[in-house]
Amino acid sequence: MQTIEPAVEHAAHVEHPPAQADFWRSYVFSSDHKVIGLQYAVTALCFLLFGFLLVGLMRWQLAYPGKAIPLLGPMLHAILGEDMVAKDGVGRLGLMLPDLYNSFGAMHGTIMVFLAIVPLGFAAFGNYVVPLQIGAPDMAFPRINMASYWAYFLGGVVMLASFFIPGGAAKSGWTSYSPLATVADMAHRWNGQTFWILGMVLLITSSLLGSVNFIATIIQLRAPGMTWMRLPFFVWAMFVTAFLLLLAFPPLEAAAIMQLMDNLAGTSFFLPSGLAVSGRKLAISGGGSPLLWQHLFWFLAHPEVYVLILPAFGIVCEIIANNTRKCIWGYRSLVYSVLGLGFMSFIVWAHHMYLTGMGTKIATFFQTTTMIISIPSVIILTCLFISLWGGAIRFTVPMLFALAFLPMFGIGGLTGLPLGFNYSDIPLHDTYYVIGHFHYVVAPGTIFAIFAGIYYWYPKVTGRFLNEFWGKVHFWLSLIFMNLIFLPMFAQGLAGMHRRMYDGGATYAGAADPSAGVVGLPQFVFGLNREISHAAWLLGLAQVPFIINFFVSLTWGRKVQSDNPWGATTLEWQTPTPPPHGNFARPMRVYRGPYDYSVPGADRDFTPQNEPGRA
Amino acid sequence: MDILYTVEPREDTGLFNAKVGIWLFLASEVMLFGALFSSYILLRVGSSSWLYGAAKDLSVPIGTFNTGVLITSSITMVMAWASLKLNDFGKFKLYQGLTVLCGLLFLLVKAFEYYGKFHHGHLPGTHTFYAIYFTLTGLHALHVVGGMVVNGYLWGPGARLWETDPERFTNRVEVAGLFWHFVDLVWIFLFPVLYLL
Amino acid sequence: MNAQDLPAFKKHIRTYIGVFLALLVGTLLTVAVSYVHFGHAGNITMALIIAVVKAALVAGFFMHLVSEKRSIYTVLGFTAFFFLGLMALTIWSMQDHPDLTVPVVSSVPAATPAHHVP
Repeated sequence: MQTIEPAVEHAAHVEHPPAQADFWRSYVFSSDHKVIGLQYAVTALCFLLFGFLLVGLMRWQLAYPGKAIPLLGPMLHAILGEDMVAKDGVGRLGLMLPDLYNSFGAMHGTIMVFLAIVPLGFAAFGNYVVPLQIGAPDMAFPRINMASYWAYFLGGVVMLASFFIPGGAAKSGWTSYSPLATVADMAHRWNGQTFWILGMVLLITSSLLGSVNFIATIIQLRAPGMTWMRLPFFVWAMFVTAFLLLLAFPPLEAAAIMQLMDNLAGTSFFLPSGLAVSGRKLAISGGGSPLLWQHLFWFLAHPEVYVLILPAFGIVCEIIANNTRKCIWGYRSLVYSVLGLGFMSFIVWAHHMYLTGMGTKIATFFQTTTMIISIPSVIILTCLFISLWGGAIRFTVPMLFALAFLPMFGIGGLTGLPLGFNYSDIPLHDTYYVIGHFHYVVAPGTIFAIFAGIYYWYPKVTGRFLNEFWGKVHFWLSLIFMNLIFLPMFAQGLAGMHRRMYDGGATYAGAADPSAGVVGLPQFVFGLNREISHAAWLLGLAQVPFIINFFVSLTWGRKVQSDNPWGATTLEWQTPTPPPHGNFARPMRVYRGPYDYSVPGADRDFTPQNEPGRA
Repeated sequence: MDILYTVEPREDTGLFNAKVGIWLFLASEVMLFGALFSSYILLRVGSSSWLYGAAKDLSVPIGTFNTGVLITSSITMVMAWASLKLNDFGKFKLYQGLTVLCGLLFLLVKAFEYYGKFHHGHLPGTHTFYAIYFTLTGLHALHVVGGMVVNGYLWGPGARLWETDPERFTNRVEVAGLFWHFVDLVWIFLFPVLYLL
Repeated sequence: MNAQDLPAFKKHIRTYIGVFLALLVGTLLTVAVSYVHFGHAGNITMALIIAVVKAALVAGFFMHLVSEKRSIYTVLGFTAFFFLGLMALTIWSMQDHPDLTVPVVSSVPAATPAHHVP
């Protein structure tokens, strides 16, 4: 039984600051995994909001192409200048120019993936929860952990700074394909693309340091009795995620270095011979390969999408177990599936490259591995679904988000199947169908899991609950609007709307010529553009109650009555609230699996992992 | 609560934390240099006019010499660690110092080679061979610098840990050694691939 | 280190020196072999075999991999697999492509400086 005691004096080896550390060592340059986790969370949530603002502005251009953005348009002009923001047809200031649209598009993707979702799902939740859940006092390398956060922070600063340099931010997609990435802004060498690459190098460094820490910690610092098969599934998910980051990022780092050389040192790693821009041949050595960039990029970027989803699986699993008051169904299947998923994710990447002129044999290989990888995915989702059967379901706010995650991820996953087959991908590649698919997985998928995790673990971090009513408002509005945004995109994509059209496809509508058999884009696409944009702005408004709730509850939220308000079995709930420096007053000992809920013969409907008795 | 297994190994894994950490990091480095080697292969196979032999302007004798320098630094590094295991701090200082000097010599030779190339007008932008040559050897050289900084620290101010916690210090030298040997390992592949083939 | 571990450790040191000499010999060998013409594929194969042997010596003895723990072997095993996968699949996909059926003629005017070259 855990007693609440003040933190003990530390021995010589511990690298933590003394008990009376100043503000800077306690809250800014701290090596405590909990502080670092919160730093990641706050920074990443800010980036999440910023990334959303970028697309909110883009959506105006898509809904009302050629019209100046009201209110914010003149502000943008003041900040970014007339190369980016112009006057529209009726003389109003605030029209988003194509270059700015492309910048926002590239940076929205980059910021959301690398600065918001991964730092939230992996670094924030992982850093805070994993050491607690395995019964460890901290991460294996606390100072490296701190370095990892600051590298991320610097990477973010570099990315943000790129908006304000001549030429603006990177505008060649989050995928940064060469040769466009090199030739897009030849007027400036230290341009947005260069900053993007430098920012990525910092982010990759942060990621690498973090993943080494996670893996070493999980291998070495599990408490006595915490065997591999007693680990909460959340920890398994983090473990595999860390391996994906460790082994898949370096090829992108290599590619980033090479693209940097192409941009700054005049090399031709990715620039083919005879490359011409605006009708004139470039004076480069040539001999490079644009496909090489794509291979190296997607070698990372495919495992990256599993980095986006695996922490979400982990969070949802914890919350489902807790709110069904039942053991998770198929724990072993979950573990083997997540390991299989991690392994397969390294050999499917070229399904993002079906339209690069690949031969049928190699395309078939990647199509096959892609189909195989859907199996562990389905197994994980199935186990989570079956876990609901016969449960005493508590519809708490975390559980609402976790429950919605299941069908939403299901839609995202199923819509990925036509993209995974090389033949059906041909008409769908680079269309809004793809955008619909991956946003389903990431938005009502991962982001919902992140919201679920915030509502779930907020009481442990702060000692107060987030307001339940506003949580439900946040949930329902987000669910409805996310579906209104992303469901129509499948129809738009099937109609042929390309994913990077600055004007929402207006040019292609004008190109329709039935007598010549030119279809162009059907009119319904444009109506949908407007509806999607309206839903997107409403989704933004729906986050306001959440943001207010987040801050207000810090001071006025309903206080927890115990250290384990949700009645959970995992070790992070068997600590004081909030957990002190060093986490546990005495070494933890684990006697049972992670989800001993409603054990027959027990006096409560949950039995914590550190409670002795029948295993 | 203390972080365990910083010095003594954990029973079931048989490893101390930093050893797990460094091997994980080296695994990521294998992927980093592996991606560059893969790029080298692709660029060369896809090229219609690669550079061979004398056209590369690479001196095989100098490259061979540098290979010998790194190999020597590897043996001195492992001897530095072995000296600590044998409780001979004096020998450690000698061998660790030699390791750092070998690293310095390697870099000086490399700088001489780079200068020669620039002097002959061979820049990264001149031909894709030079692009990959400068990138591969440049990144490798950065790793040599990093290794030297760590080894230098362990030779100098960091060596004070030997007095208070010799086992922990020995582990640090071992972990630094693993990184240093990896740098040598990369060069073992770089040398024939760039200079000889 | 205990007194009884000493002779065993001294044996290790003899091994290290042996590996050092083998590495030097291997280096000279790889240079010598490069001057003999075994054909394009032959020379590459020979160079890679010698390099792999040298690397195995460094990894096995200097980095103590011959007596390392299972978890390290597992991590390195997967790493090797993924590295080979990256290399092999990328090369395969660059080789496996449909042939062009229409000849491409370049009609683009002459070079223009693209970058601010230092």
